[in-house]
Amino acid sequence: MGVVTLTIDNKEVKAKEEMTVLEAAQSAGIDIPTLCHHEKLEPYTACRLCMVEVESRGRVKLDTACSSPVKENMVVRTKTEDIIKIRRTLLELMLSHAPDSRELQALVKEYGADKDRFEKEASFCIHCGLCVRYCAEVKKKSAVGFINSGVRREISFVPEIASKECWNCKECFELCPTEALQTAYLFTVAQISDSPSFELESEK
Amino acid sequence: MAQIKSPEELEKVRQGILSGRDPSKPSISVCAGSACLASGAAEVIAAFKAEIKKQGLEADVDTKGAGCPGFCERGPVVVIYPEEICYLQVKPEDVSEIVSSTIKEKKVIDRLLYVDPSTGEKAVHEYDIPFYKKQMRLVIGDNIKIDPKSIDDYLAVGGYSALGKVIRSMTPDQVIEEVSKSNLRGRSGSGFPAGFKWESCRKSEGEPKYIICNCHEGDPGAFADRRLLEATPHTVLEGMIIGCYAIGAAEGYIFVGDEFPQTVENARLAIKQAEEYGFLGKNILGSDFDLTIKVYIDGGGYVLGESSSLMASMEGKIGEPRTKYDHATDRGLWAKPTVLNNLQTWVNVPLIINQGADSFSKIGTEESTGTRVFSLTGKVNNIGMVEVPMGMTFREIVFDIGGGIRGNKKFKALQAGGPMGGFIPENLLDLQVDYEEMKKAGLAMGPGLIVADENTCIVDMVKYYLTFLANESCGKCTPCRDGLRHMLKIMNRITEGRGQKGDLELLEILSEVQKSAALCALGQGASDPLRASLKHFRDEYEAHIEEKRCPAGVCKVLSTALNI
Repeated sequence: MGVVTLTIDNKEVKAKEEMTVLEAAQSAGIDIPTLCHHEKLEPYTACRLCMVEVESRGRVKLDTACSSPVKENMVVRTKTEDIIKIRRTLLELMLSHAPDSRELQALVKEYGADKDRFEKEASFCIHCGLCVRYCAEVKKKSAVGFINSGVRREISFVPEIASKECWNCKECFELCPTEALQTAYLFTVAQISDSPSFELESEK
Repeated sequence: MAQIKSPEELEKVRQGILSGRDPSKPSISVCAGSACLASGAAEVIAAFKAEIKKQGLEADVDTKGAGCPGFCERGPVVVIYPEEICYLQVKPEDVSEIVSSTIKEKKVIDRLLYVDPSTGEKAVHEYDIPFYKKQMRLVIGDNIKIDPKSIDDYLAVGGYSALGKVIRSMTPDQVIEEVSKSNLRGRSGSGFPAGFKWESCRKSEGEPKYIICNCHEGDPGAFADRRLLEATPHTVLEGMIIGCYAIGAAEGYIFVGDEFPQTVENARLAIKQAEEYGFLGKNILGSDFDLTIKVYIDGGGYVLGESSSLMASMEGKIGEPRTKYDHATDRGLWAKPTVLNNLQTWVNVPLIINQGADSFSKIGTEESTGTRVFSLTGKVNNIGMVEVPMGMTFREIVFDIGGGIRGNKKFKALQAGGPMGGFIPENLLDLQVDYEEMKKAGLAMGPGLIVADENTCIVDMVKYYLTFLANESCGKCTPCRDGLRHMLKIMNRITEGRGQKGDLELLEILSEVQKSAALCALGQGASDPLRASLKHFRDEYEAHIEEKRCPAGVCKVLSTALNI
């Protein structure tokens, strides 16, 4: 297995060639914030919080560290002015959904984010997709998925699957960075809507 | 029809078709494009057929529903051959007079001719009409002579001769060299050199190789790609077949939405006919080259026009973009080497082979060669599909071809590239159709050009695009989904008279972050109209926010608030 040498924030880092920039940085003790990343799951590149500046073969671009493969002589900068601005704005957008999320709060100070910059949203979900992908990729159940597109995109449990599979699992709850409220709430809705008594009520 | 077994036999078949046709025989072409059909072309065609039968002229006059020549504004369009007399806005009740006077007595009917609104002059022939005069119709020029449902019509105007030439005398490498030399660039807007893409795919080791013709064209106001496929499906096929020969692909797909059923119908029929004639299938024109082409009906979402979502959706996955580190020419559809080109890239291929790369690259500017087909729409007099040489200025397109602004209003802005394009104001209209020049000015080389007049509110127009994208984005990444959500909230507030100090700065930060941090091209371009409008029309935003006034009188709440 080959080893490549790259530079992250002026520090020379040796990494296995199949590693991502994020893994290489973590192995060297360099912190890059993530939200939608989970080591058991495929890179998703949706929260965009782990964006870094990557210079390789004379080309400089912004890329997500969680997905970017390491390359020999690559130069990575994880905290440029532009990146800090991007992370701050992304945090502020997510805080409009979940101002009290502990995971978000932990980053607020570092990036100087203002939790009240954008109008508050009714939904807690920040669409990291951890619950959806964990259920599909690890549990192979797909009891929870995304519905709709664009700004209407939401997570939703599939009542037919959830009523059979979820009671004894609930492993996705603790993955939720907005304190499981969204998952728990929607899960309950899915349970209720599939219960026979509910159907009887509505048929009366 | 038995399959054609060699390029030589193809020429014999063509001669057979031509010898059976008398060029001096009167022939009536009625545009049967979607727009003309919507304004009653089917009834006009039926009326012609009935009238010709009634007058006993069936053996002497041909009538056909033809491909769209572009002048949608004045449809249904009728052209009468051999004189090439062009009648516009023809109704079924005009038909008997046309047959009696024009066909029988060779008399021109004045009231059906084009009248130049500025000079009052009448134009008898298609080529006299200013709308057509300044165009360079290399791709769409024959549309009105061809019934898109007839492969023989296409053969009669020289169709598939480029394919014959390629099979007869060119190696795949020579085809790629010719396309590279022509400097044909991707017409999707990216402007990526087609020859380079083909060559990378040819050299790539995976098998089988695929090609895709992207005819998704989801932009509001754009219709050029789908209209082209509808009007001249065989040109698209011929370009794709030559591409597959050069790349070494055995399967091709036309990726198109079913919002235009006529487009899909014509494409499917053309494939069937090409198979019957031996231009598709096994041992094409007697060579050892095999190829299948299929129509793939897309799922309808705008984001599917983006390459990684397009391929994901074709693989049966959710049509969402992915971050990719491989080129599609190495790992594309089904992880196999794939060339994805826009429909308008493919249609240029037969032309390049027939006329030669040198002649093609003389058209246009140094870096942007050939022509570009646009759908021109909005507040111009002549709405339609236009083909112009690269290097033409937008002023010429809007005022000479488009005939200027409707109702003698003042021009305000030109929007190019749809929801991911930009605006230019009047003082930048001398900008040329050119990939680099347009990019510098913040415009995208999309298929749609939309003209706004003084009564258009730019803030409202940008709000429309943001609303469109807020629905059409897949919603996967934060900067695109939540960025659009909050931009739209701010835009709503501005147009409803609740704009606040600091709103424009907030919009600027959101669009900047979206541009650099979004996952795919849709997200990265989603705020281009917003950014361009803030640059060129900032005063309109300020009037909305500071004076609570909509200068164009479009934003209802503000217009009425003033009157109270």
